Amino acid sequence: MTVRTASDSTPTAQPASARELVLEVRDLSVSLRNADGLLPIVTDVSFSIAKGEAVALAGESGCGKSITASAIMGIAPDNAEISGTIILNGAAISGLPHRERRKLCGRHMGFIFQEPMTALHPTLTVGRQMTDTLRHNLGLSHAAATDRAAELLDRVGIPRAREILKGYVHELSGGMRQRVMIALAISCGPSLVIADEPTTALDVTIQAQVLDLLDEMRREFELAMLFITHDLELVGDFCDRAVVMYAGDVVERGRAADIVRSPAHPYARGLIDAMPRHGDQRARLTPIPGTVPPVGHWPQGCRFAPRCSRAGKKCTVRPPLAVHIRSDVRCWYPLKVGQ
Amino acid sequence: MTDDTILSVSGLSKNFKAVKAVRDVSFSIRRGKTFGLVGESGSGKSTTARLVLRLIEPTSGSIRFRGRELANFSPAELRAERRHMQMIFQDPYGSLNPRMSVRETLIEPQLVHGIGTPAERIQTAELLLAEVSLPRAALDRHPHEFSGGQRQRIAIARALATNPELIVADEPVSALDVSVQAQVLNLMRDLQDRHRTTMLFISHDLRVVQFMCDEIAVMYLGEVVEQGPRDRIYYSAAHPYTQALLASATGKRDGKRARLKGEIPSAHAVPSGCAFRTRCPHAFERCALEKPAIRDLGLGQKAACHLLDGQAVS
Repeated sequence: MTVRTASDSTPTAQPASARELVLEVRDLSVSLRNADGLLPIVTDVSFSIAKGEAVALAGESGCGKSITASAIMGIAPDNAEISGTIILNGAAISGLPHRERRKLCGRHMGFIFQEPMTALHPTLTVGRQMTDTLRHNLGLSHAAATDRAAELLDRVGIPRAREILKGYVHELSGGMRQRVMIALAISCGPSLVIADEPTTALDVTIQAQVLDLLDEMRREFELAMLFITHDLELVGDFCDRAVVMYAGDVVERGRAADIVRSPAHPYARGLIDAMPRHGDQRARLTPIPGTVPPVGHWPQGCRFAPRCSRAGKKCTVRPPLAVHIRSDVRCWYPLKVGQ
Repeated sequence: MTDDTILSVSGLSKNFKAVKAVRDVSFSIRRGKTFGLVGESGSGKSTTARLVLRLIEPTSGSIRFRGRELANFSPAELRAERRHMQMIFQDPYGSLNPRMSVRETLIEPQLVHGIGTPAERIQTAELLLAEVSLPRAALDRHPHEFSGGQRQRIAIARALATNPELIVADEPVSALDVSVQAQVLNLMRDLQDRHRTTMLFISHDLRVVQFMCDEIAVMYLGEVVEQGPRDRIYYSAAHPYTQALLASATGKRDGKRARLKGEIPSAHAVPSGCAFRTRCPHAFERCALEKPAIRDLGLGQKAACHLLDGQAVS
């Protein structure tokens, strides 16, 4: 097994200027090549995450949030055409060959997926999966890797860590599996953790525990965290900034608290009004009419316009992502604060 | 029990071999009301729903539907009675027959229960479609041609086809996106207002339950730990589990969120005494020794917790 150290890895450390950006995504577009040509999935996505910061990538199914994440991770499907720039710790990684990209996984980027049962190996022991990762990325000996794995499991709140290391993923509960995945994701000291709906499959009380743990890990290791979710309430609770996507577009980008409290984009407003809330005394919810247009059937101009109550003449032209009052908004007729 | 009670369940239990999936559950629902069953995995809420419809046989307990004991129905009577109780499932992809057109889907339940003439059945199908706001052109299409939200509308229309007294909805919007979920929830409330349908509504989502339900029972490991009118449950929850559930779902990241320790125990190894005691922040000696009885707290609220001793009204 080849031993890799931190120094031979691709992204170079940048001087601690510019808020120590860990991840910068600039004009990322992803299209899928099929028999009919290129099908755009995500267009012109730009955002950044600083050290220790949690940024939400939020939207409903089909908005492009997961494919954006896989493009950043370097695991987009083979027929994907990707343009734009992805910068990790100051070095552009978007142009790197596949093999080089793979080397960043684990060591520099950790991943937490929604369904640990499919993301973790079913027939390898928990210990084997963890020690393989640690030995491969950090060059630890077997004994040192086992000690480190036990420490990590202990750190993420798994009791009897040594015993669990000898067991298999299917023997664990959903919450425990997700803890194992968090331990694996942070095991090699990455600067960026990408969490794709990490608590969606969990029960409410367990979800709260796992969110607390992720929050703790982020603070303790000053992780940059990309948090992919459909749940705007979670965004407000858990993230510093948010990027809201609709039909492959970033429609609003700004401070999470601002967006959840007083969104400027009619779609973000619509999502919030559609959710039943605690203490809701409304007799009716306010749904967004219609449905999300499928990929390949996006309207010309503003993609939300056919479902938007504020749509006007200008909306036949695609709006730019422009600075509004507190956030960046892709809308010709954005809402004012509190509107 | 007043005449207004459509469904009344008492002492309902179901064992699957050694697993006691549902234990001693009692509640009743009045006509036109929505009763919510809320809980996490393994709480027994879906099993309770299936018991109520007698899709599975209870181990013990009584289910009175429209004033009659369901257990006493012969198979033929039960089949006939099904006309008055319909179900909506979570997965609109799995619950509709992919080979049936929407027309056939909406006519079938009427046919099974011998409702109307062929012409009337078609007319009813068209009316139902309008009720769930789908275009008439949808009649000749098949489920795969619709989105998840539209399929759930079709499933709702099918449930209404026999004009039932009771609809049991098991996580009906959990598979839907937020913007579509709101459409379906509004639709269910509108239809219920219009038809005075009684509903048993099962969900893990406290926000959805709060929006939909008049009364709520909170289940944990097969038992009802607290039940009562919606606002009592949401604003003055008495059981520590209800309190923790609400705090988990609505709390902010301010460190004040009440966190439950540990995991939901396996249904194979339900703790002695109070089933919740292994995760309860207030558990004391008595909780392991003695099972708390459900206590009446007044205003229709009941909870099973030793901490409530002395607070109960008799």
